[in-house]
Parts: sequence; C-alpha cells; structure tokens
Amino acid sequence: MDWIQILVAGVLATVGPVTAGYALSAIGLNLQFGYAGLLNFGHVAFMLMGGYGTAMTVEFGGPLWLGVLVGIAAAALFGLLIGIPTLRLRADYFAITSIAAAEVLRLVVRSSWAEPLTGGVFGIQGFAGDFHGLNPFPAGLYGLGPFVVTGRALWVIVAGWVLVLLATLFVARIMRSPWGRVLKAIREDEDATRSLGKNVFAYKLQALMIGGGIASLAGILFAVEQQSIYPASFEPRITFIVFVMVILGGAGTIWGAVLGAAVFNFLFFGIDALMARLQANVDWIGAILSPAEAGLIKYVFVGIALILLIVFRAQGLLRGRDEGLGDAT
Amino acid sequence: MALTVGGGEGRSIRGLIRLLAGAAGILAMLALPQPALAEGEILGGTLTYRAGDERTPIEGVSVTVSQNGTEIGTAVSDAEGRWEVPVPGAGSYAVSLDIATLPEGVTLTDPTRAELPNVAVIGGQRKVVIFPLTEGEGSVAGGGVSVYVRVGALLVAGLKLGATIALAAVGLSLIYGVTRLVNFAHAELVTLGAVLAFVFHVPGSGPGWPLILAAIPAILLVAGFGWLQGRYLWQPLRRRGTAVLSLMVVSIGLSFALRSLIQLTFGGQPAAYPDFAGQPSMIVLGVPVVPKHLVTIAVTIAVLLLVAQFLQRSRTGTAMRAVADDRDLAESSGIDVDRVIQVTWVLAALLAAIGGVFFGLNESVSYDMGFRILLLLFAAVVLGGLGTAYGVMAGGFIVGVVVEMSTLVLPAELKIVSGLVILILMLLIRPQGILGTRERIG
Repeated sequence: MDWIQILVAGVLATVGPVTAGYALSAIGLNLQFGYAGLLNFGHVAFMLMGGYGTAMTVEFGGPLWLGVLVGIAAAALFGLLIGIPTLRLRADYFAITSIAAAEVLRLVVRSSWAEPLTGGVFGIQGFAGDFHGLNPFPAGLYGLGPFVVTGRALWVIVAGWVLVLLATLFVARIMRSPWGRVLKAIREDEDATRSLGKNVFAYKLQALMIGGGIASLAGILFAVEQQSIYPASFEPRITFIVFVMVILGGAGTIWGAVLGAAVFNFLFFGIDALMARLQANVDWIGAILSPAEAGLIKYVFVGIALILLIVFRAQGLLRGRDEGLGDAT
Repeated sequence: MALTVGGGEGRSIRGLIRLLAGAAGILAMLALPQPALAEGEILGGTLTYRAGDERTPIEGVSVTVSQNGTEIGTAVSDAEGRWEVPVPGAGSYAVSLDIATLPEGVTLTDPTRAELPNVAVIGGQRKVVIFPLTEGEGSVAGGGVSVYVRVGALLVAGLKLGATIALAAVGLSLIYGVTRLVNFAHAELVTLGAVLAFVFHVPGSGPGWPLILAAIPAILLVAGFGWLQGRYLWQPLRRRGTAVLSLMVVSIGLSFALRSLIQLTFGGQPAAYPDFAGQPSMIVLGVPVVPKHLVTIAVTIAVLLLVAQFLQRSRTGTAMRAVADDRDLAESSGIDVDRVIQVTWVLAALLAAIGGVFFGLNESVSYDMGFRILLLLFAAVVLGGLGTAYGVMAGGFIVGVVVEMSTLVLPAELKIVSGLVILILMLLIRPQGILGTRERIG
C-alpha cells in the first residue's frame, strides 16, 4: 500500500481545477441554499447552462469572452424560468421543479433532436483555444516535491482560484449590503420580512439568478479546462456532491463553500485512490469488487455523508426556517 | 460495511446505523455476475416469433442501423434469426426493421416500434436490440399504421406507465400528508421492488421462482424496508424537531446512497424478467395489445380501489386521513400518530414496490429505473394535489397517458419533457392540484 501516492492524489485534487470549479459551484449554491434557504436540487443545470452557453457560442463563430458572458446569462435565465412558477409557492415545490427541470434539460441537450446545436451525446470539442493561447506559463513541469503539474494545468489552476477568490469576495460584499440582510431575514422568517413590505419573491428570484450565474462559472471552467463538453458530465450526482460541500463547510458562511469543496475533494479523491489500491492489492476486496465497482463506493459515501451531516449537525449548519412539523410531540 | 461511532448520541444514531446496515444487508443479496465485455461496439439481436410454446427463428429480415440520418449498415437475419451490425463507437443509433421483409403472417407485437430512434450503445458493448414479433392476423402488418391504431396503442402504453406512476405517487403523497416530508428517496423503493423481484426470479441469482411468486417476497421486503426507515430514520429525526428542509436534504442523500448501492450490486446494465418476455399481442377493438399490459392496468386499478376502501372505511385509514388533515387535532382526539405514520410508510413502500415490479415487467429492470420516473411521480402528485390520495391516483394515469401521447408530436426520447410541462403548468395555474383544497400559500 502506497500511502504517499494516495495522499498525493488527494492533495492534487484539492488544489487542482476540480476543486476550484466545485468551489465556484458551491459558492453559488451557498448563496441560494445557505443564505436564501432555496432548496435547489437541480443545481447542476446552472453549470450545464454555463458550459454549453460558452461552447455553443464559440462553435457558432463567437469569441470565447462572449461565450463566457452568454454562459453566465443563460444560467441566470434558467434561474428566472424555473423561479417564476415556483418561488411564490412553498419550498417543496421549488425543490421538486428544480430537480425535474435539471434532468429534463440534460435529456434535451443529449437528444439526437438537439444534436445539430449541442452535439448530442458526443458533445462539443475544441472551443477554448483562446484561453489556452493566453497561458503565460511556458510548457514544462512545475511543482514541489511529489506535487507536479504541467504549465497548462497551472494556468487553469491560477485562473480558477482567482475566480473563486473574486466570487467569494463578491458574495461577502453583497451579503453585507442591505440586500443581503433582507435575504437572511427571508431565510429566518419569510412572513415577518413580507410584513415589513419587502418583495420576498423578487429577492428569492434574484438570489437564485445570481447564485446560478456564479455556478455557471464552474461549468465554464470545467469545459474550458477540458476543451470539451458532454452531457454525461452533468449528471444529477453533481448536485448532491455540491450539497455535501456546502453543508460540510457550513451553509450560510462566507468561506464555508470553499472550505467544504477542498475538504470534500481531498476525502473524495483520497477514498477513490484508496479503493482503487485496495481493490488491486487486497485479495478479498479484489474478489468482491471489480475496478468499476470500487469506483462506485465513493458515491455511496456521498449519499451517506449527506444524511450523517444533517443528522448530526442539523440545526447548526442548515439554519433553515422550521416549516411547522418541527414541534416535538 | 463497518460503521463506527464515537460517543453515545442516543437511540436515533443506533437506529440510523441499524437502518443502514439493514439496507446494506438487503442489497448484499443482489450481487450478480457482471457480463464480460466484448471488443468493439456491435448492435445485434435474434428475430424469432412464438407459435404456441415454440420459438421460430425468422430468416431474411432486413434491419438497418443509422445515425443522424446517415446509414451505418444493414444486416439480414440468418437461418437462426441472428443479425449484427458493427457500429463505429459508443453513441446513440436508430435501428429500424423493414416490415416489408417480414414473412407472411408475422407482425411486430407493437406496430409503433418498427423504428427505435434512440438506441444507446456504450463503449465496448454488444447491444442487443429486441423486436418482439408475433403471429399476426395481418390487420396491421405492412404498410402505414392508422392513426386509430397508433392512438389506441399509445393509450394502452400510457395507462400501463400510468399504473406504475399512480401506485408510487399515491404513497409519496400519503407520506407527505402525514409527515409533511417530500421524500426524494421514494423512487428508490420502486427500483428496489423491481430489483428484488429480479433476484428471486432469475435462476443463478436466487431461487429462480416464477415472477408472480418472486414478486411476493420482494414486495414484502420493500414494505419492511419502508417500516425500517420510518421507524429508525424519520421518527427519530421528527422527535428531534429537525426542520422539513433538512429532512428533504436527508431524503435526497438517502436516494443517492441507495441508487449507488443498487448500481454497485445489481450493475449498470438493464435486464429483463425472463417470464412473459416477448409475449404475443392480441387484437382488442382493432388495436394490438400485449396481455401483460392489460393485466398490469387491471391489477393496479384493483389495488388502488382497495387502498381507497382502506382509507375510506377502515379505522386506520380514517385515522390516516385525520392525521393528514390536522396532525395536532388528530393527536388530541386520541389517535396514535406514530403508529399511523408507520402504517403509512409500510403502505407507501408496498405500493411503490408493486409499481416497480410492473415497471420491470413492462420495460426493464435497472438501477436508475425509479429515478428516471421520479419527475413523473412529482408531476402526478402536483397534478392530483400534494397530500391527497384520490387526486394523485387519477393524476398518475393522466401523466402516463399524456407522456405516451406526446410521442405523437415529440421525438420519443423527449417524451419525459411533457411531464415537466404538466408540473410547471399546474404550479402556475392550480398549485393545490385538481382535487386539492386551496390553502394560503406564500
């Protein structure tokens, strides 16, 4: 068993573009769920809108910077479309609609009907040359000890973490504004806020759209890094992973989303590397699990982590409004 | 599965661990051998039709595979009825059978499925494509299919899909009624029912009982699982006064954990029950209908009528409605609310499992079969009114029929979009549902 390699896999994942992307997604969800109390179970759709908005714009001849703007706008528009019918209603209706809309969006994007636009299951490739052309780091290997990355990866890492920093400072700034205080008031007591004359619906809708816009940066970062985008990258499991990150780090705290993404990815990729090595080296584990099955273990862990986090840290982390059945009997 | 917990946090934690261990125990039984992967991607199948008890291969039938309108290849079935078309890689292909090349007196069981527009092939897979064939009376063989026949066939398909949706959605709605929890893990009860029946049914993975017999322990096990999660997960959380928003996050975590566990043990590939596969269709009022679909619809309606009788007549059923209506009032009039909630969990899980077995029988069994119809369950529940029973029963059938009928105008792979359309339209127009009573919202 090579513990150093497992550790290196975990650490590289923690500082890499994967964590930067997930951190952006978590910052967006934190604004929606942690601050505004919106149960967005279709979060991955905002990432999809960002990634596909960018890729499709470039594919149809637009420049990459325009693609990024289109991606952000598309995600905000998606928030508007699912928010209008649901945010006036009880919280469960928004949760139901968001998970349904996200899954339908993915099915439409991957359908052969949409293939002329989205490339169907084959996706779109090679649209981010402009970004990689700007790379100030010469080709070669950069690193400290066992942690080595290529110049190309370093450029994505730097760009990604700058975005994470900007997004965090942006959320910190707007949450300190009067707008942010109203949002927190809505989370704590919606009726009281409404009785003060605030348009609760409009605030929720704005939080959904802004959070979605931030999350779209995650989809854009992943697509640009890979130079390719496929519908299979936007499966519902992404949403639940981001939920675990937000709750793990502390919903409704400024740095919680970034911390949660880093800690989660360290554990997630560490477990993945650990399971792969256990599968290959420990006979009885190799006998029950195929390599593909060993790779699935980490998803079971995500689901159980979500349950355990809420069970053991329910009120402290969520700060959600008690919807009425909470009274102990 | 080893779970260690430091410090005694009381009964709820032990309960949770017992629940998870129980779930793992059920799922550990599902370990099935995985099929070996062949080199290169191939689409293929065997064309046979059933005459009496014998399967007769059909030679000389032409099958064409294409992608985005570009033909990839054509194969003609050999003396054993086999055909194969190698494809360039993973992706989605259209497979069509030339009805004109079928011999006299043989016809497709479902005349709307001569062309399968969206057959997904994954890397390294030898994908088997099935065209169920039957001895036809010649009424629909060859030529175009009339609109009447097409609508009739889609109506039956919709009612059959609606049966599963209605069975599962009623439970989802009842759980919401008595606990105010939207249980996102409900779809996994559907999957679990179908998968457990598969385990008891298929030789090699279990006792190899006939499907009808195998369904009974599967449904009872899922009902037991419903009781377990009600007692050891949701009751302790309720006692702690956990907010409903948090409970929904727990349920989505449970859904994800269960789905991944089923994928781990059952495998990622869909499988079919051997019993009643490729059943020949019969002609009812000029429309070809597969008998198992009619049985599905009839049994479902009978089960739902029993549930309605139970809710309307029995003491427990009345108590259930009372708790759903006003929990505090019900409790203060002497109803044992915890017991009523437990009965609801068992009933909901039982109905979902029955729906799952029917779904597996009529389509196929896969680890994400429940999740794929979760959206339709929500559409049915919102259409009928969250928390109601009778409205949701009707809602399930309406959603099923609308989804199938939508293929008249939508590509078949996008039919699920119509479920989302129903959901959003209802939320805009009448969020309390067709039979729900108006309440003050927002």
